[in-house]
Formats: sequence, C-alpha cells, structure tokens
Amino acid sequence: MLSKRIIPCLDVRDGRTTKGIKFKDNIDIGDPVDMGRFYYEQGADEIVFYDITASSDKRPIMLDVVRRVAETIFIPFSVGGGIRTVADMRDVLLAGAEKVSVNSAAVLNPDIIRQGAEAFGSQCVVLGMDVKRVPVSEKIPSGYEMVINGGRTYMGIDALWWALEAERLGAGEICLNSIDADGTKTGYEIELTRLISTNVSIPVIASGGAGEPVHLADVLDEGRADAALIASMVHYGTYTIREIKQLLMDRGIKVRKTW
Amino acid sequence: MIAILDYRAGNLTSVERALRFLGFDCKVTDSHEIIRASDRIVFPGVGAAGKSMENLKLLGLDVLLRERLEAGVPILGICVGLQVLFDYSEENDTRCLGILPGSVRLFPRDMRSASGEALKIPHMGWNEVRFRGSHPVFQDIPPESEFYFVHSYYPAPTDPTQVVGEVDYGITFSTAVAHKNLVAMQFHPEKSGPPGLQILMNFCHWDGKAV
Repeated sequence: MLSKRIIPCLDVRDGRTTKGIKFKDNIDIGDPVDMGRFYYEQGADEIVFYDITASSDKRPIMLDVVRRVAETIFIPFSVGGGIRTVADMRDVLLAGAEKVSVNSAAVLNPDIIRQGAEAFGSQCVVLGMDVKRVPVSEKIPSGYEMVINGGRTYMGIDALWWALEAERLGAGEICLNSIDADGTKTGYEIELTRLISTNVSIPVIASGGAGEPVHLADVLDEGRADAALIASMVHYGTYTIREIKQLLMDRGIKVRKTW
Repeated sequence: MIAILDYRAGNLTSVERALRFLGFDCKVTDSHEIIRASDRIVFPGVGAAGKSMENLKLLGLDVLLRERLEAGVPILGICVGLQVLFDYSEENDTRCLGILPGSVRLFPRDMRSASGEALKIPHMGWNEVRFRGSHPVFQDIPPESEFYFVHSYYPAPTDPTQVVGEVDYGITFSTAVAHKNLVAMQFHPEKSGPPGLQILMNFCHWDGKAV
C-alpha cells in the first residue's frame, strides 16, 4: 500500500532559509542545503523549497541552491515560487529538482500547465493553489475561491473548478493551501481538502494550518489528502518527523517508517 | 565506467548524481563508442513509451542495448527503462524491445484500497516492495523498506521466474525483474533514499551473473 507522504516546506530568500530555524539541540542554520539534508536524514518523504526572493535578478542564487540540494539528497524535491514560464520550469528541473510548482502564474495563464506537462511530463508539474472560503454564489458554487498575492487578490475562480481544469490541462499533483488556515496552527482545512481530493484523480498535498501531529492525521484520514505539508512545527524543533510519523502509525495511517 | 543511456528521456541527471555520490565514475551518453567501452550500463527513464522507443531507434540504442546484453555487460533498467524491455506497452500502443516476455498495462480504473479509499493514478509516492530470491542486486535491503514510484502503467511479465520483486497498489504487480545480466525496476532507486542507493551500489558491484 502507498504511504502517505510528510513533506517539510522551506522558504528560501536570496539563497537562505528565511527563519532562524532552531532544532531541539539548538543548532541554528540558515542554509537550505543543510536543512534539506537534515530533513532527508530525519525521514522526510519529499521536500519543498519555496523561493520567496523578491527580485528576479537573484534567481541564479536559487538555481545554485537547487543544484547543491540535488547532489546531497536522494528523495524527490520540488521547487516553487516565482515560476512564470516554461523556461523557468526548465531551469529548475535541469538544476535537479524532480517537480516544479506553479501557482499564481497558472491562474493568470493556465496554458503554462499544458506547456509544462507536454515539455517535461505531468509528473513534474505541481499546481499550487491558494484558496479562501467565501459565501457560496453562482460564480463560486463550492464556496472556495482562488486567490493570489498571499490572499489579497480574489480571482473570481471557483477552487474546485480550477482543480479539475488544472488536472485536465496536465497537472500531475496539487498542493492545496488554505489561506484561512495558514499560520493558525489549529489544523488543516479538512472540508476543503476532502472536497478537492475526492474530486480529482491526481494526488493532493494538504497545506496550511499544521500545528500538531494530530492535524496531519485528520487531514490524511478525514481530509483524504495524499500528503501533508509541514513547516513551523518541525522548523522550531517542536516535533521531529519521526514523532509525527509515530502518531500517524498509531492512528492506523500508513507511512514510510524505514529509511 | 558506467554509461547512462541518453535517449532524450527526462531527468537523466538524477541517476548520474546518485552514482557520483556513491563514488562511481559515470557518463550520460548516446555515443556507441563510449557505451561499448563501459563496464556497465544504466538505462533510465522518465517519459512515455512511444517517444522513448522512437528515440532509442533513432539513436541506434535499441540494437546496441541488445548487443551489450548478449556481451554479458551488467545492465540496469529504471522505470520506462524497464517498461520498454517488454514486448508491448499499452502506452501509445507501442511495440517495445521484446527483450523480456510480457507487456505493460494501464492501471485499471476504480481501484480501491483495502479500506475502500479510491486509488489515484498515477501511482505516486512510497510503497513497500517484497523482494524474493537471492539476487545480488537486491541484497542488504532492510525489511519494510519503501521505494519511490511514479507511473500510470505497470509491468506484466509472462515469465514468473524473472520476477524478483512485487508491490501492491490496488492490484499486485511485478516491480523488479532479473534475467541473466539484466536487472530492471519500476521504482526509482535514485530517489528512494538509503535503500535505493543500496540497490545502485549493489548493481555497481555486480558481476552480471545470475544467481
């Protein structure tokens, strides 16, 4: 049986992780390559690097990070943030990433999904979705709307419709981020995750809201997610990946336990 | 030196990086001269069967692969590099190399897990492989090890004696095969952490002799 995946997400700005990341033994390192290696050894099933570099002239720094990560970790990793064109996707994949995630660029220009899937295969193309809960309307029948700019701009696009459309265009996986839950540490948005995951036939990674291992159990079980993204709960040493996986196993959820 | 066949498949560099990390000299190449001079060959692959066969023929690598197989050189096939070894693939309705008897099929629709959850296609993520027999390439793998898969079509060999590993995803299918100096697997050892690296290491030390 397939294991549910636990995926740490690292925000990278100008080649450094953005938060002074602390572990239980109090090391404080800002190098995404060392961080990636650490999570690889801890049993992460995949790693996401999210480039939040503001200026595009610093993109080569991120590509260098990707190259160095690819030389030291031997599990899949994906790179997102600032991907606007197929050429951007190619750069990241050639540098050694397994997958590349497109988010707002795909909302603004859906064809990038089709082009990316045709050029590199669907398995490389992850659709990142930022979603907010809104009143049900004729335009937004699911009650979940696509947003960009960190939730500041509403796109008038129904999230469920967009997920199905992206699948049709060739997205290989969806990383579904609830802007409402993001940063709350009170749990993933189960209802949204279940809605999307049970309607598409591609894997869905739940994102936003994780604060405790039980939150992962809930979203992987009731939310039917195929994978769960985590950030601060491991970055600050509150939990190790092994502790999270142990709780999931206790709840009867299949995870990878040997590495 | 290890030749990694360059037939314009995606992500050939991940195998190269893994072999380098393990300390082995390797080269991504389509040069017949270099491939003939290599001690062993890796036949990787990400992509579709149709395009892969087209490119292999265009580069003459279909004939060369057979020649090196006959010469006894250890060969490792990964993912699509496994699939095109069979007679036929349902993907793009493709006639394949016919080195191993069997075919490659699309996963059935509406597969369900034991708990009734609908199973998605592609089969993407980590899954436990049950190895059988004592093939040198699959030794020293800790029990319950999992490997990284990403595929929508699965191998269906017709010779059960060639099957050395199985996996469950809705159905049970063969995921590792071995025949003479050839081993091949559906999962990606270069992306499967320490147990995957162990398999690559074993392959690099293998003399190509079957058990």
